[in-house]
Amino acid sequence: MSENPSVFIVDDHQLFRSGVRAELGDSVDVVGDADEVAAAIELITERKPDVVLIDVHMPDGGGRAVIEAVAATDPDIRFLAISVSDAAEDVISVIRAGARGYVTKTISGRELADAIRRVAEGDAVFSPRLAGFVLDAFAGAEAPVVDPELDQLTNREREVLRLIARGYAYKEIARQLEISVKTVETHVSAVLRKLQLSSRHELTRWAADRRLT
Amino acid sequence: MWFGQRPWDHRWTLARTEQRRLYRSTDDRILAGVCGGLAEHLSMDARAVRIAFVVLAFVGGTGLILYAAFWAIVPQQPGDIQSPTPRARSGRRRPDRGDILALCVLAGGVVLLVRQSGLWFGDEFVWPVLAAAVGIALIWHQADESQRRRWPASARAPLTDRPGRLVVARLAAGVLLVAVSVLWLLIAQDGFQAATRGLLAVVAAVAGLALITGPWWWRLARDLADERRERIRAQERAELAAHLHDSVLQTLALIQGKANQPREVQRLARAQERELRSWLFGRQQPDGTQTLAGAVEAAAAEVEAMHATSIDVVAVGDAPLDDRLSAVVAAAREAMVNASKFAGVEQIQVFVEVDGDKVTVFVRDRGVGFDPAAVDADRRGVSESIVGRMTRHGGTAVVRSSPGQGTEVELTMMRTRTTS
Repeated sequence: MSENPSVFIVDDHQLFRSGVRAELGDSVDVVGDADEVAAAIELITERKPDVVLIDVHMPDGGGRAVIEAVAATDPDIRFLAISVSDAAEDVISVIRAGARGYVTKTISGRELADAIRRVAEGDAVFSPRLAGFVLDAFAGAEAPVVDPELDQLTNREREVLRLIARGYAYKEIARQLEISVKTVETHVSAVLRKLQLSSRHELTRWAADRRLT
Repeated sequence: MWFGQRPWDHRWTLARTEQRRLYRSTDDRILAGVCGGLAEHLSMDARAVRIAFVVLAFVGGTGLILYAAFWAIVPQQPGDIQSPTPRARSGRRRPDRGDILALCVLAGGVVLLVRQSGLWFGDEFVWPVLAAAVGIALIWHQADESQRRRWPASARAPLTDRPGRLVVARLAAGVLLVAVSVLWLLIAQDGFQAATRGLLAVVAAVAGLALITGPWWWRLARDLADERRERIRAQERAELAAHLHDSVLQTLALIQGKANQPREVQRLARAQERELRSWLFGRQQPDGTQTLAGAVEAAAAEVEAMHATSIDVVAVGDAPLDDRLSAVVAAAREAMVNASKFAGVEQIQVFVEVDGDKVTVFVRDRGVGFDPAAVDADRRGVSESIVGRMTRHGGTAVVRSSPGQGTEVELTMMRTRTTS
C-alpha cells in the first residue's frame, strides 16, 4: 500500500483519542473516532477505514462487541487492539474476536504508525506482552489436543514468539534465525490464525489455573 | 483502615468489651447452653447450676419454665468465631448422638416417674403437650442454629446462604409434630367431627392470611437480599476508593507539582502504573509467598525507580521462589541496572520463561552495546557479579553484545523440582 492507511479510533477516553491523533500526525489518515460501541459500529461501517484502532476496555461489551458487529458486514476492515490493561483473558478474547494484533498504550507514535501500516497490509502485530500471553496459552500440557494443526505451535513458531517476547523486532528475528522477514511474518500470521481458530479450551479458560508448575 | 472493618468485626469488638453480658454458652452446653452460660457469668461450676435447675424442675416445674425463659431471652454467645478452636477449649462442644439418646432416655424416665407419682393430668392431655413441646423445641432450636451460622456464613458467601436440606427437614419435622399434637389434643377433647371442623377453619384462616400478607413477605425478603447485596457493593466501592486515594490520587498530585521535570513525571507515572497493575492483576500467591515472575517484576520496579528507565517484564509460566531462583532474580536485577546505567536507552525488555524444569531470563536493551572482548575493568566487575552468581548456584549466564547493537543477557537455571 503506497498511500497512508486510513484509521478509525475507538476509545472511551477523549484524552487518549486526541493524544493518538497528535502522535500519529501525518503518517496515517485518521478518518474519525468514536467513544462508544454503538456509534463506533455505525461510523466504521459508514466510513470503511483500513484499520480500526480499538480499545479493549469499554462499556457495553468493549472492543470485542465492535469487532464482532463490524466483521459481520465488513470482513475486510482490520482491527488493532490497544489497551493499558494487561488482563490476559481480555487481550486473548479480543484477538479471538478477530483483532490482528495487540499493542499497549505506552507504545511510541512511530511504532504505533508502523504497527498500523503492518496491520493494514494484512500482517499480524504482536507486542512482547501478547507473545508472552500466547506462549502461556499454548503451554499447558493438560488440555486435550484435538487438532494438532490448530492446537499446537510448531517449534519455529515458538522460537519466533520467544524472540518477540524478548523484545526483538521482525528484522532482528529474521537475522537471528537466518530466515527472511517475510517468513517471520508468515509464522506470526500462522500463530494468529491458530489463536483465533483453535478450540483448545485453554485459550478461553486458561487464565484461571495457569502459571505455577 | 476503617474500610477493612466489616460490620461483624464491629459486633465482635462489642461482645469483647462487654465481658459481663450473659450469653448462652456455645462450648459448655448440653441442651441450649443456658446452664453453661449462667455458670460462666456467675463464675460457678456448671454442674452446680445444672443440679439447681433439675431440682427446681421438680418444684412445680419452675426449673423447666426458667430454663425455657432463659433459652428464649438470652442470646447465644457470639464468640463462636472469636475462638477458632472451641473444641480444644472444652471436651464437649455440642451434644452428639449418644448424648441426645441419653437425654431422651432420661426424659422418658422422668415422665414415667411423674406418671407413677400421681402428678399427672391424664394421658390424653400430657402426651400431645409433650409432643408439641418437642416440636416447638425443634423449631426454636433451628432458629438458634441459623443465628449461630449466619455470621461466618455471611463472611464467606454473602449471597448464597440458603438453608441446607437438613435444616429444612428438621423444620418440617418440628412443624409436623406440633400440628399432629394439636390435632391429637382436639380429637381427645371434642371428638373427631369437631376436630376436623376446627382444623378446617384454622387452615382456611391461615391460607387467607398467607394470601393477604404473602406479597408483603415476598417483598420484605427481596428487599432484605437487595439491601445485603448493596451493602457488599458499597464495601467494595469503599475499598477501591481508598486504594485509589492512597495511590493514584497521591501520584497525580505529585505529578502536578513536578510538571516541569519530565523525567521525574515519567518515573512517577511508571511506578504508579506498575503498582496499580499489580494490584489489579496481581500474581501474588494466596499464602503471600513470592513467585519468580513476581520477584522479577518487583526488581524491575525498583530499578526503574532508581534509574528512570522503563522496564517491560513479560513472563511465561511461573514458579515458587527458592534459593536458586532468588539468585536468578538477583542476577537479572544486576543486568537491569547495567542496562539502565550504560545502554543509554530508556526501554529495557525482560522476558522470564519457566519451561518445565528450565528457567530462562533474558534482559535486553537496544542501547550502545559494547565489545565483550575489550571491556574496561569496571564493566567486567559488574558482569562478573552476574556470571559469577549464576555459576555459583549451578546456572549459566551469557552476555551478548556488540557496539551499536544493544546488549542481551541470558540467564539459565535448572530448578530444583518440588512436588506441587
